[in-house]
Amino acid sequence: MSAISGTSAIVGIGATEFSKASGRSELQLACESVVAALDDAGIHPSEVNGMVSFTMESSSEIHVARSIGIKEQTFFSRVAHGGGAACGTVAHAAAAITAGLADVVVCWRAFNERSGQRFGLGQADRPMDISADRAYYSWLTPYGLSTPAQWVAMAAQRYMHEYGATSRDFGQIAVIDRKHAATNPHAWFHKRPITIEDHQNSRWIAEPLHLLDCCQETDGGQALIVVSAERAKDLKHKPAWVTGASQGIAEDQLMMTSYYRPEITGLPEMKLVADQLWEQSGRRPDDMDAAILYDHFTPFVLTQLEELGFCGRGEAKDFIADGHLDTDGKLPLNTHGGQLGEAYLHGMNGIAEAVRLIRGESVNQPKQVDDVVVTAGTGVPTSGLVLSADR
Amino acid sequence: MSTDTSYEERLQAFVGREVIARRKGQDAVNQAMIRHWVEAMLDDNPIYTDAEAARATGRNGVVAPVTMTQAWTMRGLKAHLAGTGGGAMSELLALLDEGGYTSVVATDSDFEFHRELEIGDEVDADEVVAAISEEKATGLGIGRFVTTVRTYRDQHDRVVAVQNWRTLRFKPGTGRSAKPAEEEKPRALRPRPAINLDNQFWFDAAKEHRLVIQRCADCGQLRHPPGPACPHCQSFDWDTLEASGEGTVYSYIVAHHPPHPAFEYPLLIAVVELAEGTRLTTNLVGVEPADVTIGMPVRLEWLDADPDLTLPVFRPVTEQEQ
Ligand SMILES: [Zn+2]
Repeated sequence: MSAISGTSAIVGIGATEFSKASGRSELQLACESVVAALDDAGIHPSEVNGMVSFTMESSSEIHVARSIGIKEQTFFSRVAHGGGAACGTVAHAAAAITAGLADVVVCWRAFNERSGQRFGLGQADRPMDISADRAYYSWLTPYGLSTPAQWVAMAAQRYMHEYGATSRDFGQIAVIDRKHAATNPHAWFHKRPITIEDHQNSRWIAEPLHLLDCCQETDGGQALIVVSAERAKDLKHKPAWVTGASQGIAEDQLMMTSYYRPEITGLPEMKLVADQLWEQSGRRPDDMDAAILYDHFTPFVLTQLEELGFCGRGEAKDFIADGHLDTDGKLPLNTHGGQLGEAYLHGMNGIAEAVRLIRGESVNQPKQVDDVVVTAGTGVPTSGLVLSADR
Repeated sequence: MSTDTSYEERLQAFVGREVIARRKGQDAVNQAMIRHWVEAMLDDNPIYTDAEAARATGRNGVVAPVTMTQAWTMRGLKAHLAGTGGGAMSELLALLDEGGYTSVVATDSDFEFHRELEIGDEVDADEVVAAISEEKATGLGIGRFVTTVRTYRDQHDRVVAVQNWRTLRFKPGTGRSAKPAEEEKPRALRPRPAINLDNQFWFDAAKEHRLVIQRCADCGQLRHPPGPACPHCQSFDWDTLEASGEGTVYSYIVAHHPPHPAFEYPLLIAVVELAEGTRLTTNLVGVEPADVTIGMPVRLEWLDADPDLTLPVFRPVTEQEQ
């Protein structure tokens, strides 16, 4: 086990409602979720001395801090690359705590992603500039390849070709997520499960992806409180120990369109994250009692099962068909309903669900959960966590 | 009307005819116009402005950029506003109007440059019809491609340049995406590329209908999308290789939603693996979505999407062509 393992824990989670039109500013959503998470932890805002969010976050740490009474910060950072940042925020917090730079760190993400600027509408008409990041879109958008669904679809088509997976295999992920969301009162799709036929009959977004392969664009905020082992001792809830926390960028990484690698059927950046998680935590895939896998689009859930080591390359479809991902299976998946069923909160709501699983408080709680793996955005530079009941 | 034999005959009678008689440019080749041109083009090659520098390259003195050739013969704003100026070209245009081909879009302009112009040279040009195609259904509408050849000569009757000039004359409202006239709107422009110092060479080459691949000048590795350095040997020196245009479909999608007003849907977008080994993202043309397969051989075509944007697209190679 490495230095970062077991030195910090998530002790508070808080969120706004998940909606399609919050009617409030993104800053207010951020503040509401942070206040709720601190309240859940039983920690006063004045004790916070570190804050981490996404580079995409529109409300910086100074605005959140002055709004809710966070006073002095000795550590603050932002993690880049969209949803790939989710677990990275906790990794930064854990690293800062391990290094002694802070001991109560807030991680959060809040946006009006549905009622404001929807990612799903694509990059085509966003303003241009000559930065390397923006100029890269020159290879995509002039051909109409501008949305995340399209970017994932290109890799998914090749995956299907090489491994014989089908749209129905992808659809199984949607069915499982929606089944779990159906019993989650906070989920957008509460009480609205789907069948595989519903998935197959849903309209095309970007073949081979149907509408029901795509996540729920959401307005809302989600915050997490990460504290040192010392501070975690006497709090309200059982700590969810951070036993693994890693980030990954792999060779020839691009933004959801790493089409120029020798193979495009894998997610080598997630393999890099996974290798670190298992090494840091001293745990193996078989030790995981549940998995919260980033599911903006279904196909990459299959790829992640493979890269994390739950099954071999191209075997995810069989692993899913064997029923392992149900709440009574060996690896219950996205028990909150995932981003397809609960909300697309850039992966942060999945980390909160992993904390509930460790606490034994999920609405779809499997029997006993001692260790959960959580992943962040796929296709982008990414990150992951192992949260554990024991250090 | 346009398919009448008599109409076809009248049209084809123009092939080989001089439609614009030899016409001299307004001014002789001069330093002032050259200077304005090279400044606008940001071209600081001294052979255009410095006689000594030009002589050092074996020339007699300052020369005009070859890309200016057409400029010496332009008639100017006044003549342009006065109309086409009669003659056989006016007759041809009237005949095309009679056939319903009242809209026009320029499609190709190829130049062959034979000699450089020096200060004092006088340039003239004539234009001859080379071909008028049969009626074709194009994306813009039903029309005919009209190809003319403009020959530029100097005062000694020496050929300076030959320009093949192709336009599509089409019937408005007959394109594949045509809507009733009252709804007709010009199609939005494709999303603009963000051109910077690292990618400009590629888009410039595309405008000349050349698909280039960046190549490390030290180790020879090809790379795309391009970048300023070689990831294999860290060299910052590079040149380009012109791709053969042959490739295969590596992966593809059929985009449906959300639609962008520049495109027709369903839209085929593919990652094509070139024969040279690099891949690029592109569109597939001339094929229905259901007929696309991974591994399918495809060949380069050029899409002049709008005056500022030319993109490589790919069309499946038929079995006969293989
Ligand atoms: Zn090299």
